[in-house]
Amino acid sequence: MEPNLATYLGLSGILFTIGAVGVIYKRNAIGMFMCIELMLNAVNLTFVAFARYYGDVTGQLFVFMVMAVAACEAAIGLGIFISFFRNKISVDVDDASILKN
Amino acid sequence: MFAGLAIACSISMVYHKNPLYSAISLVGVFISLACIYVTLAAPFIAAVQVLVYAGAIMVLVVFVIMLLNLDEDKPLTNLRYLYAVGAVLGMTLLAQTFFIFYAVTKTPNTPVENSTAGLTLNIGKSMYTEYLLPVEIVGILLLMAIVGAVIMSRRLSQPQIELVKAKEDFEAYQERHDY
Repeated sequence: MEPNLATYLGLSGILFTIGAVGVIYKRNAIGMFMCIELMLNAVNLTFVAFARYYGDVTGQLFVFMVMAVAACEAAIGLGIFISFFRNKISVDVDDASILKN
Repeated sequence: MFAGLAIACSISMVYHKNPLYSAISLVGVFISLACIYVTLAAPFIAAVQVLVYAGAIMVLVVFVIMLLNLDEDKPLTNLRYLYAVGAVLGMTLLAQTFFIFYAVTKTPNTPVENSTAGLTLNIGKSMYTEYLLPVEIVGILLLMAIVGAVIMSRRLSQPQIELVKAKEDFEAYQERHDY
């Protein structure tokens, strides 16, 4: 089957679904983080596919922006995990409840 | 073929309980997506994908997993309703995906002939002319992220620890004297 735009959008949608379900099922902060990365990649795939089918450079540029934001997110998020682990000896999100009450 | 590889790797990522196995599966997803980008005539994005995601971000993630010596993911205990929420969300998103899959008819079905949009030259040109402001904003964001990561993950220095201790002592003193 020759791939067309719908193929790429379908693949991206499936990857996004897996990522979203993973964020809900994982109890581990790093697992959730990796699922979020997967969702960002699914969106990047739609950007690149549309850029290809419309012959436009904008989509690829914004993929670049998304990657930069994901890198920032990785740096900050892993910093938060490390300081959280120092206080709680765990990265389980259920233990992050000190803001409750 | 790459699509199947990407889906298989992402399912194994969510399925594995050990975070290190998930991380390795995620590298598989990133690399197969990079191959798809090459077939979509976007070599620059593919290179950046391999460098930034499969290189930098995954090295950081694996490093933190090793550093924290994580144990295996526990199943949900006190939030069981999240299973139902996840199932509903997954079904909705899948339905939406198949809707897209069948409803995309107005979009062009053939790629633009001899597209030069993916070349590094063209991306660089429009990055520094048309999209200069977003690039500057992303630069500032990266700077803030560096500073924030350093502040977030440092230990308190000795004078700061003494300050915190003195404050706690003072509060205990206040409590004892019923202020």
